[in-house]
Amino acid sequence: MGCAMTKWRALILPIALLVLWELGGEFGLLPGDTLSRPSDIAPAWWRTFADGSLLLATLQTFETALLGLAIGAAIGIAAGIAIGLSPALDRVVSPTLEALRPVPPVALIPLALLLYGFGIRMEVLVIAFACLWPVLVVTVGAVRLVDARLLEIGRLLETPLMGRIFRLILPAALARIWVGIRVAAGIALVVAVTVEIVLNPQGLGYAMMASAQALNPALMWAELLWLGLVGWAFNTGLAAIDRRWLARFGAGGAR
Amino acid sequence: MTGRNAMLRFGALLFALAVLASWQLAAAAHIVSPVFFPEPTRALAALWQLYRDGTLLSSIADTCLRMFFGWVLASLLGVALGAALARLAWARTYIAPSLEFLRPLPASAIIPPAILFLGLGDEMSVTVIAFGAIWPVLLGAYHGFGQVEPRLAEVAAFHGIGPWAFAAKIALPSALPDIFAGLRVSLAVALILAVVTEMQAGLPGLGFTILMAQRTFRSPDLYAGILVLGAVGYVTNHALVAAERRLLRWRSLSR
Repeated sequence: MGCAMTKWRALILPIALLVLWELGGEFGLLPGDTLSRPSDIAPAWWRTFADGSLLLATLQTFETALLGLAIGAAIGIAAGIAIGLSPALDRVVSPTLEALRPVPPVALIPLALLLYGFGIRMEVLVIAFACLWPVLVVTVGAVRLVDARLLEIGRLLETPLMGRIFRLILPAALARIWVGIRVAAGIALVVAVTVEIVLNPQGLGYAMMASAQALNPALMWAELLWLGLVGWAFNTGLAAIDRRWLARFGAGGAR
Repeated sequence: MTGRNAMLRFGALLFALAVLASWQLAAAAHIVSPVFFPEPTRALAALWQLYRDGTLLSSIADTCLRMFFGWVLASLLGVALGAALARLAWARTYIAPSLEFLRPLPASAIIPPAILFLGLGDEMSVTVIAFGAIWPVLLGAYHGFGQVEPRLAEVAAFHGIGPWAFAAKIALPSALPDIFAGLRVSLAVALILAVVTEMQAGLPGLGFTILMAQRTFRSPDLYAGILVLGAVGYVTNHALVAAERRLLRWRSLSR
């Protein structure tokens, strides 16, 4: 009951803003050529939604983001396990990795374009580079926190290295690695939209940029609000998976 | 033990050199295309050339200034908003949910509307940087101000210290470690968005320099620019860590 009241109150500010926005446009107080009224944005949204172009762009963006995430996370987990298991390897490669890590992922956009031209591959490359680091850092930490006794048992039973990694280390470290993947997933979507806004002609980012350049602000706002909505749904979905997983692992072997 | 230490340090140096040397040889022998992967020595020569003709330092200054102004703006707003949300119940009820919706929005997504409103200038760039960089500081400040020891508030009330003096003299210092954690993430975001807006709007700076290098297929310049961007990220992050250590020295002394 109290909770429902609080949730209802949360809507006051956005609704008030929408009403002010609409009225401000109606009476010419807001620049109509850049800030279209909500009553223009809604039909613009419906048109682009109904003809499928909005969903196609959304699909392109998410497909690219998830592909980049998968590649970046796979490299991050593989390298993270190796580095986490061998302190000597860590000491040898980490200065080189630390030199690469501060490079802003967007700095790779021109390089990716040079390598692959426009399209999905250049975007995936930039996203994978951005997603690699959080997963790598978290995996190294997670592998180091795996119970030493577990590793000892593996050694005593003479389990082969691959068996030890897949049967002992990965299950024990997975809950922590997941945290890194979740951070990387948020980054993947942001980087995907960024690459599309800067230059890659596909997906939601490019759709927004194209609408702005075609001086169709109503469509641009519709796409921006849509992006906010799907981004929010994506993050909320990840948080929900999080709760289910962590609840399961929390009881078992997350420590 | 020290012998092993020295060996590992030597190994780390050797590994970095081996990576560079194999790249150099592979490019020189045309095993990888020198158009895409020019020899590291050519990238260094390009770096020297950029330094000699003055482009390098002016690009660095342009990018850093933009990044700095956006970051400072984000920091001030973020700390104020975070503190308000942590200490005021009505702000949490009415404002926080709207912010929760805005937060997952990729910062670069506001570039198209920002261009419509503010044009292709520094104002646009700084606004976009501030919008993107505000969230980590806001979350840090929210967490920090929310964790203030309740007894401190009681003591302050007992001594007749007003809410503003409480915020400035008691809450802010105790929230500083959390705020600094947010500031560091924000700084990295600010650099990314500075580069992105430069590429998008053609503003002079490192982002535009590397994009132009790609457009004209001057790949050594491209690698030189990426190298410099990495260095800028590294140096600014470490400068902030050093500042944090100095500013928060009293904490370790008082323990």
